[in-house]
Amino acid sequence: MSAPAPASNRAAGRAAPGAPPAPVNAERLRAQERAENALLAGLTVPGMLLIAALVLAPIGWLFWLSFRNPAGFTFDHYLRLLHPSYTLTLQTTFELSFLVTAICILLGYPVAYIIAQARPRMAAVLMMLVLFPVWTSLLVRCYAWLVLLQRRGLLNTWLTDMGLIDTPLRLMHNFTGTTIGMVHIMLPFMVLPLYGSMRAISSDYMLAASSLGASPAAAFRQVFVPLSLPGLVAGTIIVFVLCLGFYVTPALLGGGRVMMWSMQIERNVNYYSDWGAASALGVVLLVMTLGIMWLVGRIIGFNRIVGAR
Amino acid sequence: MRKTYGALAALDDVSLEVASGEFITLLGPSGSGKTTLLMVLAGFIRADSGQILFGDSDVSLVAPHKRNVGMVFQNYALFPHMTVAGNVAYPLKLRRVGKTEIGERVARALDLVQLSGLGERHVDQLSGGQRQRVALARAIVFEPRILLMDEPLSALDKKLREQMQIEVRHLHQRLGMTTVYVTHDQREALTMSDRIAVIDRGRFRQIGTPREIYGRPASRFIADFIGESNFLPVAVRDGQAYLGDKLLRLAEPLRTGEPSQLLGVRPEKVVILGGGDAGAHNVFEGMVREIVYQGESSLVSVTLAGGHELSVRQQAISAVIPPVVGAAVRLGLAPADTIIVPQDSPA
Amino acid sequence: MLSRPATQTQITHGRRLWLYVLVGLIMFFLIVPSLFVIPLSFSADRYLAFPPSGWSTRWYAAYLGAIEWRDATYVSFTAAFLTMIVSTVCGTLAAYGLHTARLRLMRLAYVAFMLPLIIPGILVAIGIYLLYAQFGLNSTMPGIVMAHSVMAIPLVVITVASSLKSYDMNQEMVARSLGASRPWAFLTVTLPQIRISVITGALLAFITSLDEVVISLFIAGGDMSTLTKRMFNALRDEIDPTIAAISTLLLLVSVLLLGAVRLLQRKSGRDT
Repeated sequence: MSAPAPASNRAAGRAAPGAPPAPVNAERLRAQERAENALLAGLTVPGMLLIAALVLAPIGWLFWLSFRNPAGFTFDHYLRLLHPSYTLTLQTTFELSFLVTAICILLGYPVAYIIAQARPRMAAVLMMLVLFPVWTSLLVRCYAWLVLLQRRGLLNTWLTDMGLIDTPLRLMHNFTGTTIGMVHIMLPFMVLPLYGSMRAISSDYMLAASSLGASPAAAFRQVFVPLSLPGLVAGTIIVFVLCLGFYVTPALLGGGRVMMWSMQIERNVNYYSDWGAASALGVVLLVMTLGIMWLVGRIIGFNRIVGAR
Repeated sequence: MRKTYGALAALDDVSLEVASGEFITLLGPSGSGKTTLLMVLAGFIRADSGQILFGDSDVSLVAPHKRNVGMVFQNYALFPHMTVAGNVAYPLKLRRVGKTEIGERVARALDLVQLSGLGERHVDQLSGGQRQRVALARAIVFEPRILLMDEPLSALDKKLREQMQIEVRHLHQRLGMTTVYVTHDQREALTMSDRIAVIDRGRFRQIGTPREIYGRPASRFIADFIGESNFLPVAVRDGQAYLGDKLLRLAEPLRTGEPSQLLGVRPEKVVILGGGDAGAHNVFEGMVREIVYQGESSLVSVTLAGGHELSVRQQAISAVIPPVVGAAVRLGLAPADTIIVPQDSPA
Repeated sequence: MLSRPATQTQITHGRRLWLYVLVGLIMFFLIVPSLFVIPLSFSADRYLAFPPSGWSTRWYAAYLGAIEWRDATYVSFTAAFLTMIVSTVCGTLAAYGLHTARLRLMRLAYVAFMLPLIIPGILVAIGIYLLYAQFGLNSTMPGIVMAHSVMAIPLVVITVASSLKSYDMNQEMVARSLGASRPWAFLTVTLPQIRISVITGALLAFITSLDEVVISLFIAGGDMSTLTKRMFNALRDEIDPTIAAISTLLLLVSVLLLGAVRLLQRKSGRDT
């Protein structure tokens, strides 16, 4: 054991007045700090390069193309979007997106509610059931709906057999079929953020409400629902935005009769090789998407939307 | 050494020399910069400027893993995917120590912290105290130049904490390893340290042995932070200190140039005088306002004649007859037990 | 059971029966339709009918007998495997960098990593198609892998970043004070503890590539057609029961991967 330190203060609380004011190594310390941060930030570079090259650069290019024709700068591509065939598409896109989002809220809320209140084991099982469709191929699910909904498909066969209908219903290659298929695909994206925010609601709040005399229904309406709003908003935005740009399901289940904005883009590229129109359509879609996210991000914070995925 | 975060100076011109083999404690309230200083020593936070010298070598720019510093965190930070022995062997494996030697040294380290035979346990099978010992064994097994500990005992309950304080102290005495210990618990600092450096708002306020810090605090903040203190305003006239009109007998001469100073009174240093002779004591008269029974002692609040409050700790010895509320009392304070601090502690 | 209160606000299970029935129906809607493809794939009928009039494995034979399906399967699984490797490495590195670098820029970088999820898929698809046309990368394996990786990296970043958030970084600091360099501390202390989420991210990347449709429609053609591209085109034309066989196989892959993830998560829940 070393001797106790001498009573005299070998260490001064502050530098002596005569000490050099700016130590010489400040610059080197700062350089090392910068180097370390640069190295750590550098770890993001491979992924960032891929995204920049494959997503950001082409979108910049499309943006440029949307203002170009052989003669130079033009607004023509955007002006053409005012044609009724496009405005009709826009209307369809929004109608379908609104409808699908609304149905997802109606179906997703009770599901998330039950899962959030289930005991952990049960909640894990239910969560897996909700996630199962996400892990299942989109095409497999579309195929399944094609089989179920077609004119001589399962649903129609059963309904006729049971005598509920005389002639088969038109469930596919129209708005109805597309809606059913889209809801099936989007529902998990509504349930996940809802579940997340409901899980965070302490049951103490509900207890407090009922101890203050609220009936179960009133406590639910006045306490639970407002507290679950962040998840609801996040889910609504995710679903709505995904719907706006969705391609596969409307293309397959709509059978060409439900024309979505994304399908117009595909058409202009594949059938007409009209990159001007395609990129103008793309830019509009992007602006709508980012605009909605920005607007809601201003209200509830952007990271909550992304984080909720 | 300096470290700022934006406009906030986490460490402001601190400078400290630690003797080899010394146990020094950085004591300060939360947010005082003590942990920041420890992180700077370990190399996880870079100072804005300043040097860290281990012996004669400047390690300010040396990476943490080359500093040869043992570290114990508040939350233990044991590796849950390894056994106890695996945790302790980790630094040795990194140093390419031979297999048999690793075995021996791990066993010796576990023995030192009284965990012999628990090497194959998994971390989650250990109690809080045991985890703390493993973290300690892991930090000393490779014989680092310095041992850094960041509030290592704060997660333990009171009894265990006090027991571990003594144990860590003994371990330090056996190994003689230079130790920098961070805590916000003044009692812990007093118990364990060779020296204490009191830190507040990024600056050292006082550095000294536990006796110096407790007996001669340099400021009101320190007198208040370490132990309990009553403060009574003191008037200075002709180089003498007066409480009201009463001349005070002090332990050391007054600092000159500061007209208003404070008399610090430790509650346990005050005696309740009977009717007899006060001897050399400074005497205060007052009335008992409240008595709080605390088991081993009682805290007696006395309203002094001048209107000031004074808390007095009275040991619960049956020979002492407790005062009653409302009674007049005479209190005595020995000159050696007086503390004089400036009115405002320098910011 | 039914008379027990379901919540602390004293509604009994019995009074909430309607809610359970409703949620049961919704769950049925989520799960069961996809499962119909399984019996259909074993149908002996030429046309889709349910229940099938007989059982056979003829559609599996048709699938395995067709060289273009076999090729597409090979392309898809190769691309998925390579995508998994590329995006797991890139995504894990990025998540670690985003978590540790003390730069204000990193918040913006995180948003940039999420862009492939936010930007409509069709736009990403035609963008990459346009880009690849300049470099002759359309219908090549490197092209497909890079494009799929862009979609998979955000998912890896999210999974790994969220587990880093709950990971105690002090452990890595301790390891470094004990003498481990930063990369070695990451490999021996951090990685073993976040491995579950890294593996989860890897599996997510695999399934993302395997199931990716929109980008593949544009950039994967000819010999390099993916399974999804061939399926999409086949579905547009007619409902061929061969697809039921393929769908059943894909469903099996999904179930296996999801099961693996669940198993890993439960194991990690026990371990720590």
